[in-house]
Amino acid sequence: MITSPFLTKPTPLQLVMTKVLLALLPGIAVYVYVFGAGILIQLLLATLTALGVEAACLKLRNFPIKPFITDGSAIVTAWLLALSLPPLAPWWMIVLATAIAIGLAKHLYGGLGQNTFNPAMVGFAVMMVSFPAQMSRWAAPQAELGAAGQLAFIFTGHLAVPFDAIASATPLDTVKTTILQHGGIGELFAAPLFHAGQLGAGWLPSMMGWIALAYLAGGLWLYASKIIPWQTPVAFIASLAALSGVLHLVDPARFTSPLFHLFSGAAMLGAFFIITDPVSGPTTPRGRLIYGALIGVLVYVIRVFGGYPDGVAFAVLIMNLAAPFIDQYTQPKVFGRKGKAA
Amino acid sequence: MDKLIDSGEAKAIVHNGLWKQNAGIVQILGMCPVLVMSNNIINGVSLGLATSLVMLISGMAVAAIRRFVPNELRTPIFILIIAALVTMVDLAMNAWVHGLYVVLGIFIPLITTNCIVLARAEAFASKNGVLQSGLDGLFMGLGLTGVLAVLGAMRELVGQGTLLSSIDLLFGPQAKDWMIHVIPADANYQFLLAMLPPGAFIGLGFLVAGKLALDRRAEARAKAAPPPPASETATV
Repeated sequence: MITSPFLTKPTPLQLVMTKVLLALLPGIAVYVYVFGAGILIQLLLATLTALGVEAACLKLRNFPIKPFITDGSAIVTAWLLALSLPPLAPWWMIVLATAIAIGLAKHLYGGLGQNTFNPAMVGFAVMMVSFPAQMSRWAAPQAELGAAGQLAFIFTGHLAVPFDAIASATPLDTVKTTILQHGGIGELFAAPLFHAGQLGAGWLPSMMGWIALAYLAGGLWLYASKIIPWQTPVAFIASLAALSGVLHLVDPARFTSPLFHLFSGAAMLGAFFIITDPVSGPTTPRGRLIYGALIGVLVYVIRVFGGYPDGVAFAVLIMNLAAPFIDQYTQPKVFGRKGKAA
Repeated sequence: MDKLIDSGEAKAIVHNGLWKQNAGIVQILGMCPVLVMSNNIINGVSLGLATSLVMLISGMAVAAIRRFVPNELRTPIFILIIAALVTMVDLAMNAWVHGLYVVLGIFIPLITTNCIVLARAEAFASKNGVLQSGLDGLFMGLGLTGVLAVLGAMRELVGQGTLLSSIDLLFGPQAKDWMIHVIPADANYQFLLAMLPPGAFIGLGFLVAGKLALDRRAEARAKAAPPPPASETATV
């Protein structure tokens, strides 16, 4: 339905959101391979909660329910949250996190397009602050549990084996505690956690690196289909890599390599799916470069010098606050004018 | 008494303090203690009552001397009066409810700088009679106490599933059993967000919204029904 070579129809929101969900699929597939089918239950719980809370909020606000609930934005928020929480977290955690993300961070601020903060990251931060113990309980990659066992554990908390037998710290967690206790990383990377599995590829920092790689692939496809701009992810990855690279060169025993930082935690998911949120981020091209770069710096600072193992959520929330300010000072020059636009 | 203050005026002052110009959810004044000390009912109500007492006496004292205070010097003089009263409350609480005194800590001396106290001295007591000012101070304080109590109950309930926790600080060790466990104690329930400062902000936001919703509903009902005889006289 293109009317002229220069006038294209804007992509409908529903299509954008569908493509974002599609781009997450490779990541989810690898996730299932690494951590088992539990994540699918979490995704389902998150989706159902998100749609329910979204419908309830729309009804309370006297909005038409159908056009808003089918735009898919709530499902994107739900999936991002499910992918950020521990895969074997009890069922009420993902339900509560999603309800807070949609109800508090999205609808109380005025719904889609009005939310100052990335809803998924608000939900994550609330969980991180309120339930630090549960949020750090990750199962070891490829723990022998089976889909039925995972399902039972998520809903009842009962497990055939003690949870400690299958639990494992995440790579970021391990690095943090090792440095705190021994002052250096040393022989840490010989541990089995840091092997990338039978699939080879010795340069990946851990099994989780494969998930990150799949997110990267999905993200590149999103860029190729013009859903996300290049500035934010490139600036984020560049600043995170540069900062970690310089410090790694200075003292490799204390600071891990850029590859470790890029392929651990939520870095890749964040780079392409979280910080590219068009609502809570800046809209100007230069602003996106600044925004992405500063998130990279904050993620690194929080990971290495802060109290939390990963910093993507908090870094994104802080920079969400700064987004309007960045926008105001990066307005592009209007074509034909000499100075900047007022 | 009837000559000094008539019942319509008194009613308007009370309504203003408790609802229409509520310090906590309409004027949004004195946020610092409201946000910090509303983590349970006992803390909130105790601080609220201490503030009410200070406001009652400071309102009357400021009104009593209002004709002798030079306009240019009124703020330091008001603050001196308030500070002296707060010191008395501070010492009294230290003597009789020491446990609570330790919990409330710096927030008792800080009543001096609580802007709601100075705001009422400046906006009301310096322009009205002694009885009116005392009444205004007391009910402004009680309005704030109400907000602190509701906010404290919300945060306590959501945050740790209890009501009236640490009541023993007020009534001694035998009051320990008065604490209500809405969620059984052995469930180990805890939702830290409600106990932390963000919980206070979110809770206060809900209270402000709830007050507006009630007002709006009352307005709609008044519009639907024939208007009642106007008895409310404007004050302040």
